[in-house]
This record gives sequence, structure tokens and C-alpha cells, in this order.
Amino acid sequence: MSAEITKTGEALPALDFGHAWEYAPSPEATDHVRIAPRHELFVGGAWRQPHSSRYFDTISPSTEQKLAEVAEADERDVDDAVQAARRAYDRYWSRMPGRERAKFIFRIARAIQEKARELAIVETMDGGKPIKESRDVDLPLAAAHFFYHAGWADKLDYAFQGRAWRPLGVAGQIIPWNFPLLMAAWKVAPALACGNTVVLKPAETTPLTALLLARIVEEAELPPGVVNVVTGAGATGAALAAHPGVDKVAFTGSTDVGKKIQRAVAGTKKKLTLELGGKAANIVFADAPIDQAIEGIVGGIYFNQGHVCCAGSRLLVEESVHDLVVRKLRDRMATLRLGDPLDKNTDVGAINSGAQLARIRELVAAGEEDGAERYSAPCALPGKGFWFAPTFFTGVAQSSRIAREEIFGPVLSILTFRTPEEALEKANNTMYGLSAGIWSDKGAKIFWMAQRLKAGVVWGNTYNKFDPSSPFGGYKESGFGREGGRQGLLAYTEVGQ
Amino acid sequence: MSSRRTTERLEHAAPALDTTSKALATTSDGFDPSARVSVAKAYKMFVGGAFVRSESGRYFQTGGGRADGGADPAVVNVPRGSRKDARDAVVAAKGAEAGWAGRTAYNRGQILYRLAEVMESRREELRVALVRGGADVAAAEREVERAVDRAVYYAGFCDKFQALVASSNPVSGPHFGFSVPEPTGVVAVVAPGHPALLGLVSTALPILAGGNTCVVVAGADDPRTAVVWCECLATSDLPGGVVNVLTGDAAEIAPHLAKHREVGALDVWTADAELRALCEREGAGSVKRVRTHDGEAIERLAGDDGQGLGFIERFLETKTVWHPVGV
Amino acid sequence: MSSQNSTLSRYGSSARPAPYPLFYPPPPPVDQIAVEERVAALGKRSIKKGAKVAGLTLAVRMMDLTTLEGKDTPGKVRQMCAKARTPLAGDPSVPSCAAVCVYPNLVPTAKAELAGSGVKVASVATAFPSGQSPLDVKLSDVRRAVELGADEIDMVIDRGAMLAGDYAKVFDEIAATKEACGPAHLKVILETGELGSYDVVRKASEIGIAAGGDFIKTSTGKVQPAATPAVTLVMLEAIRDHFLATGRRIGMKPAGGVRTAKQALHYLVLVKETLGDAWLTPDLFRFGASALLNDVLMQLEKERTGVYQASEDFSKD
Repeated sequence: MSAEITKTGEALPALDFGHAWEYAPSPEATDHVRIAPRHELFVGGAWRQPHSSRYFDTISPSTEQKLAEVAEADERDVDDAVQAARRAYDRYWSRMPGRERAKFIFRIARAIQEKARELAIVETMDGGKPIKESRDVDLPLAAAHFFYHAGWADKLDYAFQGRAWRPLGVAGQIIPWNFPLLMAAWKVAPALACGNTVVLKPAETTPLTALLLARIVEEAELPPGVVNVVTGAGATGAALAAHPGVDKVAFTGSTDVGKKIQRAVAGTKKKLTLELGGKAANIVFADAPIDQAIEGIVGGIYFNQGHVCCAGSRLLVEESVHDLVVRKLRDRMATLRLGDPLDKNTDVGAINSGAQLARIRELVAAGEEDGAERYSAPCALPGKGFWFAPTFFTGVAQSSRIAREEIFGPVLSILTFRTPEEALEKANNTMYGLSAGIWSDKGAKIFWMAQRLKAGVVWGNTYNKFDPSSPFGGYKESGFGREGGRQGLLAYTEVGQ
Repeated sequence: MSSRRTTERLEHAAPALDTTSKALATTSDGFDPSARVSVAKAYKMFVGGAFVRSESGRYFQTGGGRADGGADPAVVNVPRGSRKDARDAVVAAKGAEAGWAGRTAYNRGQILYRLAEVMESRREELRVALVRGGADVAAAEREVERAVDRAVYYAGFCDKFQALVASSNPVSGPHFGFSVPEPTGVVAVVAPGHPALLGLVSTALPILAGGNTCVVVAGADDPRTAVVWCECLATSDLPGGVVNVLTGDAAEIAPHLAKHREVGALDVWTADAELRALCEREGAGSVKRVRTHDGEAIERLAGDDGQGLGFIERFLETKTVWHPVGV
Repeated sequence: MSSQNSTLSRYGSSARPAPYPLFYPPPPPVDQIAVEERVAALGKRSIKKGAKVAGLTLAVRMMDLTTLEGKDTPGKVRQMCAKARTPLAGDPSVPSCAAVCVYPNLVPTAKAELAGSGVKVASVATAFPSGQSPLDVKLSDVRRAVELGADEIDMVIDRGAMLAGDYAKVFDEIAATKEACGPAHLKVILETGELGSYDVVRKASEIGIAAGGDFIKTSTGKVQPAATPAVTLVMLEAIRDHFLATGRRIGMKPAGGVRTAKQALHYLVLVKETLGDAWLTPDLFRFGASALLNDVLMQLEKERTGVYQASEDFSKD
């Protein structure tokens, strides 16, 4: 029997998620992880200083402590890296049979598994995400992406329905800070499998695991220059995208930067794929498995602090269950544990950077100004570091900024609908089109919705699922091109008609 | 070939009339008082299933070439499409999008096959148009045959490509996952001046087969062929708005289409480098999928590799769906 | 199914004052995969140090130490009662168990052995474990167990009726059993391992609650699978929805298959994060187990001494 809710909200029985039985702190031991104080560029198989001799700090967003300093690559460094990649393409990689390329990529996959704990800890320290997520999601998936794509390297003749194909050459890859190692894997693995060489530019706030990946590439004894890593901020990425020696640009990040990159490569012969922002609708029908939908809502928006391009940031609830869903959501949020990302029981970690925190705060303020009603989970925020409590808004207008703009933080906007048609119309009423969720027990309705949603990934009765065999990517301004699956290989090959 | 240059020539300098053409050369002063006067056709653009003039009232003239039958005078006026015509065409294409994509693939195939039937029955008219557009007679004959065959080819592809590009995804977990192709939406096309008919058929039909609608800017070198082809479209059960054809200067019209936020993708690979780059830049404003010059030669359109799965695949999105498998 | 019953299955029995409102609104569907994902995620909670000691101590207090065998004797039951009363001789920090759970014939032995200890005596009844006897036989089973001194009655529902769609029969039998219990607390065993899906578990939970059960319980221990974290979560969610709707707190008892301290902590995590503080008490949560206690004691000793224990260090009763 479902709970009945009175509109007054008074005298309702309330659950108490208090302190009757507290979990003790359970921090992941970091003693065997050593982060070098200074990191150079990985170019042509060697670690070398940047031309400018300039370095920038990377900090832990949960403590604001400096973790290391990292080389800042300028145009000359990018040029060196692209040339190294070109040489590696011409001399080694394009001449190597697929079966041999495959074995190098398998080596990388295995090394990631072997170093998974170290990589997870560094990922969490550098980016602020909970260790349980880097341990259970980022790392297994990163290894799986290399493992999956390694197997494609000698089977590409089957991949394109018998059409002729060739690699593109040098791929310039620019990745974001939300899943640093995983995004590196999504980019590097298919590029290498298809016979391209790469220059990878990780995000400036989270460069460390990409550099550890470079170390793995080195230890796997890939030919020099097949994988190059240049660290730096936007200017480094812009230099890479603009470099005339790059044949392919792959970018994951904001729609704004994506558009700039698309303009920058206009008129060149560079092939481009973009994986950009989103404002996904997570649609809950009254006939949904409600308690599981609550998990999907929470996972959809609070996973990785909402720093997820496909986050279910717009909750569309059938009006008849709105109050019930909100009541259950509040209860569920009371159990979310925010704090030290290295604690194995932490559910919500630190916001990745001060700049991102400012952006979240600005949009939340806009939501309040628009008259939406804010609820934030009652969790104490640590004094140091960048933090934002899991938050949702009810009474959100479809026209509100918090219903239209990507917040990229743990902030959910809740709207209602009355009919499937209305849900669909609202869900598609955005320039984004990356993902969507549907919660209903009725199979026909799920297919009806899935067919009509303008979104590259549709999760029915689940959310935020990823797999290397499953193509991922957006419609509309969420970008173009797919990552994962057979379809993802098209991003790194030129295929005949 | 620069369509811009061609258009300027046609518009600003009266073309040299071919006074030796057969129809006018029967008497010494050029008239045969007893001859029947042919009914000339008004050439119009095809928007939303209707034949329309440019809202701007502008026109350009086309003519010359070898006359080989037909009713037209040597010089004809063709609408010079404007920014607002482009807008109207996008509105029509957008309006037709859901209906076209929502038809069964089998039904789309039947409609494209009907188009092939109509084109076959109008082979002579298409051939004449091509010849008047500058093709030699034998080449025009071959082009029409090839174009009809290409329409048959894509008619039969409408319900096949899905099986070739879709996938069942063997995800590592208790979920069933599959990825299916879906149309991008409205695709704007810059069609080549030559081959006029094969250029239209080879660009537009794979886009339609994929379930998209389109706005085509016909090559200015031979707009009459495009208009005759539109008459085939108009009589082939194709719903209004699914294909819209504008005539005029691609360099003027295409950037507006590239900018238009309702357009999902651009097929500009046959345009010149300058226009391609401009469209790519403008298209970035709404993250358009752009098919640019990536190795294909226009000449190859006349051959077997002027068609294929790749032409369809470029304007498809991949939708991945996940669902738990449980009891 | 008789025609009379098919009428009842829609409206409930007119003979009962509070007929089960048969599925309006219907129970929410349960997604198997998402439930299992949720329990797997909660199974990764890291319970260390003080939290582990507190959790395991609570688990001892929540335990229904159980023996339900044909070969049960007074001697066996006396030994078990001694263990329930003082699980770890010489360590007063380890509390008594909540109850012992035995067949009706052994209730007097247990009652005598536990007098003054505060440890309750629970008896299975209603033609346990199959429940395949006429209702009057089942009810007299219950009445006799109570007369013999049982504080709590663990009944089984009629799974056959449940799967045949005769929900009114299931409801009516539970209501009649509740009446027969008098002052004794009633635990309703759903035997989830025979119900086939979480949807049916959910439905049976709602019937058990609506018909008057004080607790709902997963299993008899005679059918595999017995208690699992996932089926327990589904039942906790039914309890939660009943509380949200009515304010009435129903108890939960996973039974069978809970053998290790780690598993017990997992269940406590489920309770803590599904129902919250109010349910973290033997009044509202029990473990039905036999082998579990020694593993919990081993882990408690390990935490106390810092030394991994040997199984022979603990009495096997």
C-alpha cells in the first residue's frame, strides 16, 4: 500500500536517520601511494620539461592542499608532441599488424587492473570524488575500455560491413575533469585500436591519473610517441585542437568550449567528435517501482557530485506521485554521507574546483530568485575544501535557468507532468540531448518514450550505466560521434561508402 | 566549380542568346508564323510540397546549352532564393520531420520506389533538362538512368541499414542494451551544379532513406533539372516538406541554413572550400553534424561508389537504450 | 479456488472487521535488478572499529537463537538457552540474545530455562513449515504454543493460496492467527524462497502487515533461498511505506542463511539506511539464526583482543 500524503505536510510519520548506530571513519590507506612532487610532459616516450619551464599546481579539492606541480605545455610543447605522434604513426603504429597493436593495448588494460588501487586513490585525491566511486566505477570501467578495444584492433575488417577503412593519423584528445582516467580510456583505447597515435590533454585540475596512465604506457613498452600527454589549461587544449598536424580532434567537455573547437577546426580536414553537456530528464511515472526510482534519482544526480554530463538533472515526476517521491527523496538524502572522499563510506565528495563551486552557487541562487523551493540535505560541510550539499528544487518552472542550464553539480530540478505526451514534450524541450531516464513498470510505455526521446542514451528503470560495448554520445548540442561499441570506432577511422 | 561566379554571370550580364537554335531558325528573320508557339514553364522552387517563387521577388536567368526538345525559350527566369526562403524551407522540413521519421521504414521505401517510378516515366524530360543544362546527350541519358537506379537503390535500403548499424550491446551486467539508428532531423544540403541530377539524388535520397527531411540548395549551373526533379517528387507520394529545393546562390543561402538552429546537420561536401568552411563555422553555433569534403570526389557520384551505406550513416544518430533484465 | 473465495479475493471476508483492502492502490512494482544493486551498494559500507563492535553487539541482542529440527530434545534446547542467556561466558559486555525459537513441544523447557533472563521464547506454529493443514488445526497449534508459554508466535502463510491468487485466504488466516495469539507477538513468515519474485514478496508483506502481523519474516529456514539482503530490503520497504502511511511500526526478521558477522552487519546497514534509528532495536528487528552467533562472538573477541580467533574457542551448542 503506498503512503498517502496530505497536502498540508503536517503530522506525517517521519523516519529518523540519526545517530543510533554511527559508522566509524574508514579512510582508504594511502601509505603506499607516492605522488611525485613534480610532473613533466610525456612526449615521444620520454619525460621532459616544458619549453617555458613553467609549472602549475594541482590541489586536492577536499583539502585545498597542493598535491604536486605539473608542467604547463605551450604551443612548442604541443608541436613536439604532435610531431612525435606523427613519427610514431608513420614509423611504427600504422605499420604494425592489428594483432600486435592489440597486445600492447591488452597490456595497458592489465596494468590498470594491477594498479587499480593506486590509481583510484590518486583519482580521488586529485578530483575529490568518493573513493568508492573511483574504486568501483572509474577504475573497472577504464580497464574494461582498454580490454574491449584491444580486441577490436585485429577485427576492424569486420567492423564496417565490409567497407574499406583506414586510421586517421594523429588524434588530439582533450578530456574533462569529472572522470579523468576513465575519459582518457574512452579516448585513447579506441584511437590506438584503430591504428591512430594520440596526444592527450587532461584537464588542468585533474592531470595526475593521465600522467600515471602515461607511465603505464611507458612500462607497457609501447613504441615512443604512440601516446603523448601534454598537461596544461585551455590554451594548451586550444593549441592542440588548432595544430595543423592533428588529423582528428576528440573533445569531451562543455558545450561552449565544444563550439569553439568546432569553429577552430572549420575548413580543415580534421575529423571531429564532441561529447558535450546535458540536461537530462529523468522521468518517473506513477506506475514506476518507486523505491528503485528513488535510487535512480539519487544516483542520477548525486553520483560524482553531479559532475556528470549525462546526470539526470531534471526530474520529471507524474503529478500524482510528486509528493510521495519528494518525501521519499528527502528521506533518502538524509542517509547520504558527505565528506572525506577517501573515506570508504563517503557518498558525496568534494566539488572539483573553486570555480565550479562558484558556478553551482550562482545557479542555485538563480533558482531561489526564480521562486523555486530549495531543499538541501542536512549534512555538515567540512571547513576546508570545496563542498556543496546535495540539493533539489521543487516548484521549478520549465523556463527557469535551473531547468535549462547545465549546473554540473549536485542540484536537481523537480518538475511535474500529467501525461506521457507532456513528459515527452518537456523532456525534449532543451537544446541538449545526451541522455534520459524512464521509470515505469509498463514495457510498452518505456518503448514509446524511448523511441521519442531525443537523447543518445536512454536508461529505462536504471540510470548512469556505462559499458565499453555500449555506444555513448549525444543528440543536438550534446555533441556528435559515439564512444564505445562498434559505432565508436567510426570516430577514429575513415570508412569508405 | 564556383557557383557564385556562375550566378553572377547569369544575373548581371544578359547571356548570349543562341539564335541558331532549331526552334527559331525556320525562317530568315527567325519566325515561322504558322508554327505552334510552345507553352513555356515557369520554374519555381519546391517548398513544403508547393512550387513557389522567392519571397524576395528576385530571379536569375539561365539558358544556353544545347537545345534538344522541350518547350522552353532559350533563356528562363529562375527564383533566386533568399534568407527568408531558406527559413520557410526549414519550417517546412521541420514540420515534416516527425511524420516522415514516424512512418515505417517499409513505407519510406515504398515512397522512394514510387519516386523511382515517376523518374523513370519522366526520363525524357529529365534528360532534356540535363542537356539544356549543359550535359551532352549521351551523358545525360546515362545520368538519368543512373539516377533512377539510385532511387531504386535507396528505396530498397530504407529498411535494411538499421540492421547493419544497430547493435545489441553485450554489457557487463544484468541489463539488456541495444543501440539503434535514428534520423538527425533536418539536413541542409548544398547540391553540386554537375552532375545536376545525380548530385541531387545522391545527396538527398540517402538522407531521406535515413528518415531525415532536407532542404537542398540546387546547383545554380543547372537549376532547371532540379525543378523537373521536384516535379517528380511532387507526384511521388512524398509528403510535402520532406524535401525542399531552393534555387539561387548557394553561397548566399547556405550560410543561413548553417546558422539556423532548427537544422541538425549540413551536407556541404560538394561545395567549394570557402563555402564549406563558412558553413562549418556557422554550424558550430548549434553543434551541427557537418559532412565536409573528406576524400570523396564529385566525379565518383556517377559511379557505383557514389552510393552506399556511408551516405546514409553520416546523418544518423545512435540511440542506446538500457533496461534491466529481471523478474 | 471456490467461488466464495474468488469473491473474497476482491473485497475481503465480510466476517472480518478490517478486511485487507485488496490492492487499491496496488503495491508498487519492484525492480529486481535495482533492488539487488542497492543491497550490493549497501554491502560495501565499511564497518570498522567502534561501529563494528556496536553493530555486532546489537546483532546479538537481536538474535532469535533457533533450533527447529525433528531431533530437538530438552537437552539440546537447554544448552541453546544457556547460550542465549550468556553468549560469551566471562564477558559481561556481550548481551543476551533476544529470544530462542523452538517447536511448541519444547516451549516449556525453554521457558523454564530462561525464566528471569529477559530472553523471550518464540515458537513456530501453524503447521510449520509447510502450513498445509486445515485452519482449525493451525489455530489450535498456535493456542497451545501460547498456553505452553510462548511469548512470540512465528506463523507461516499459506503460500499455495498466495500463489493461487487467493489473497483473502492468506489475509484471513493471518488475522485469525493474530486473534489466536492473544498477548503473544505474531511474526508472519512469508517463505520468500517459494514466492518466485519480489513483486509477490511485496504483496505478501502488505497482506501480512494489514492482517495484523507484528513482524514479517522471510523464511522458515527449510527452503532455499532463505533470507537474502535483497528480499529483506523489499520487505523493509513495505514496512517503510506502511509506517509513512499509518505511523505504525512493523518489525522485520530475516531468518535462515545469515551465518557470518559480516552478513549481519550488512543487514543492519539495510535497516539503518532504509528505516532509520527507530528500527535498530530488538523490538523491531530480529535475526533468525543458529550458526551466526558464534561468528559474531569471534569477531567481537577479535575486536577486543586484536587477535584472530579459532572456532574451537567458542562453545558449540
